[in-house]
Amino acid sequence: MKDFPYTESKDTRSGFGAGLQELGRTNPNVVALCADLIGSLKMDAFIKDNPERFFQVGIAEANMMGLAAGLTIGGKIPFTGTFANFSTGRVYDQIRQSIAYSNKNVKICASHAGLTLGEDGATHQILEDIGLMKMLPHMTVINPCDYNQTKAATIAIADYEGPVYLRFGRPVVPNFTPADQPFEVGKGIVLNEGADVSIFATGHLVWKAILAGKLLAEKGINAEIINIHTIKPLDARLILESARKTRCVVTAEEHQMNGGLGDSIAQLLAREEPLPLEMVAVNDSFGESGTPDQLMEKYGLNEQAIVAAVEKVMARRK
Amino acid sequence: MSQDTSFAASSETHTPAATKSVAELKQIAAQVRRDIVRMVHAVNSGHPGGSLGCTDLLVALYFKVMKHTPQPFDMDGIGQDLFFLSNGHISPVFYSVLARSGYFPVSELATFRKLNSRLQGHPATHEHLPGIRVASGSLGQGLSVATGAAQAKKLNGDNSTVYVLMGDGELQEGQVWEAALYAPHHKVNNLIAFVDRNGQQIDGPTEKIGGLGDLRAKFESFNWQVLETDGNDLEKLLPTIEEAQGLLSNGRPVMVLMDTQMGFGVDFMMGSHKWHGVAPNNEQLEIALQQLAVEKAGDY
Repeated sequence: MKDFPYTESKDTRSGFGAGLQELGRTNPNVVALCADLIGSLKMDAFIKDNPERFFQVGIAEANMMGLAAGLTIGGKIPFTGTFANFSTGRVYDQIRQSIAYSNKNVKICASHAGLTLGEDGATHQILEDIGLMKMLPHMTVINPCDYNQTKAATIAIADYEGPVYLRFGRPVVPNFTPADQPFEVGKGIVLNEGADVSIFATGHLVWKAILAGKLLAEKGINAEIINIHTIKPLDARLILESARKTRCVVTAEEHQMNGGLGDSIAQLLAREEPLPLEMVAVNDSFGESGTPDQLMEKYGLNEQAIVAAVEKVMARRK
Repeated sequence: MSQDTSFAASSETHTPAATKSVAELKQIAAQVRRDIVRMVHAVNSGHPGGSLGCTDLLVALYFKVMKHTPQPFDMDGIGQDLFFLSNGHISPVFYSVLARSGYFPVSELATFRKLNSRLQGHPATHEHLPGIRVASGSLGQGLSVATGAAQAKKLNGDNSTVYVLMGDGELQEGQVWEAALYAPHHKVNNLIAFVDRNGQQIDGPTEKIGGLGDLRAKFESFNWQVLETDGNDLEKLLPTIEEAQGLLSNGRPVMVLMDTQMGFGVDFMMGSHKWHGVAPNNEQLEIALQQLAVEKAGDY
């Protein structure tokens, strides 16, 4: 098992803020909108540098999505910022009609996704957003794993024409992705080569997969660990190549089983290469209040859950 | 099918200086109304009532008021005035006016609502129909989009104007009021919005379904500059639009409340919600076309 050294832990939302600030310097067409959550989204630096290119919308997310669609008419590249819940479920029809169907170049940037939002509880812990967004034609769905990757993804999507959903979160997590690693939309990243099982993880579960890989190595299991930061378009070639080698698959994500990464990979395998698959995800349940670590343990989204899923899927492998 | 192009625009930009007389605009409006009833009749579906009621506004905008370049169509519309139709179900009037002002061939109106057409039931950019800049149909979204487009113009140093039309029933959507709060707060002074105040919605009169009350007072309290006019009388509508343009210099957007009659121009369709989304039969079509006479027929 490869080692993934890191010197600091940071929140992915700060990676978004840093990426947006850099875009403010490099791309004059980038504009930003926020629905009364500047601090939470770490948008302060962009706003300080580019006050004329920032629009405070207030607590009116539906209007924000419509404004963003309109700003593209005239060549702007709008980045909207609010919590993942208010970026998707609350404004689904606005996104569907004015952004996705109309194919507008809007970047929907969503923080505080999933259980790791913590104490605020289930009203804010959306676990359905990947599914909602991946179902929309034209929409690209990205869920980076750490600060550096979120920063790189933020910068990359400005040059990626079309609607994009960029999902990140609140907690501080190890920042292990190389700062100079380019972000390629739709290209998975092999973190550890292995022959016994393929673990496809996205977002905060990528680091959990690395921790699981270490535990599995102690048991003599050599896991292939792949970071699928782009859920749509899915890197089908890479996923099939790995699955055909290991003959069994585990997916891991901070999302509902229904509609998430595991669901996409299950569809792919069912069509192309039926193989045993286990999903580490929330099983048809809302979250609740608690610390992020407590919640990830209770809902089965930590390294122990991944290890258990690996052992189960390897036992099923023919 | 004959195709008269006497109303069709050249590829040159329309400018307010090079415009038509009110008499000419009335002839264009009659032709557009003929298109509307023929389009919905041909597919036995669509929304003639609101389309006929808003014909005068769209003709005024596209043939007199707006500076715009039909061809080649430019999605960004830099340097052009833009129009957004928020109540997308009145697509027949939008399509007819776009075709007759030169965005696409008038003959294409015959494909309205048919399979593989660019003229979808509700306007869409998906099929790349020139003149459409955003999809609409699900109500309440157009004022937000138009406001965003107006702010893009300000960022671009583009001093042209953005126009948007909403239905009155549509004002029951909450997003309209989010946008209504936003635009004056952000001093969006290149935006003129219109409300088609025909007093009707699918299930009946607006005041019975979800009373809108005093719209002037509502929008004024949201800090809009509000004008009222007769949306079916070009002699009143045109000066009102001119007045609205003048008011923009006060640093705030303008809301024009237009009294209209659903189905205007066809007596048996006028003033009733029953013709919101119903097509005329063969006999009704003939009667409607007799009432919508034009000096020089140019039906597609």
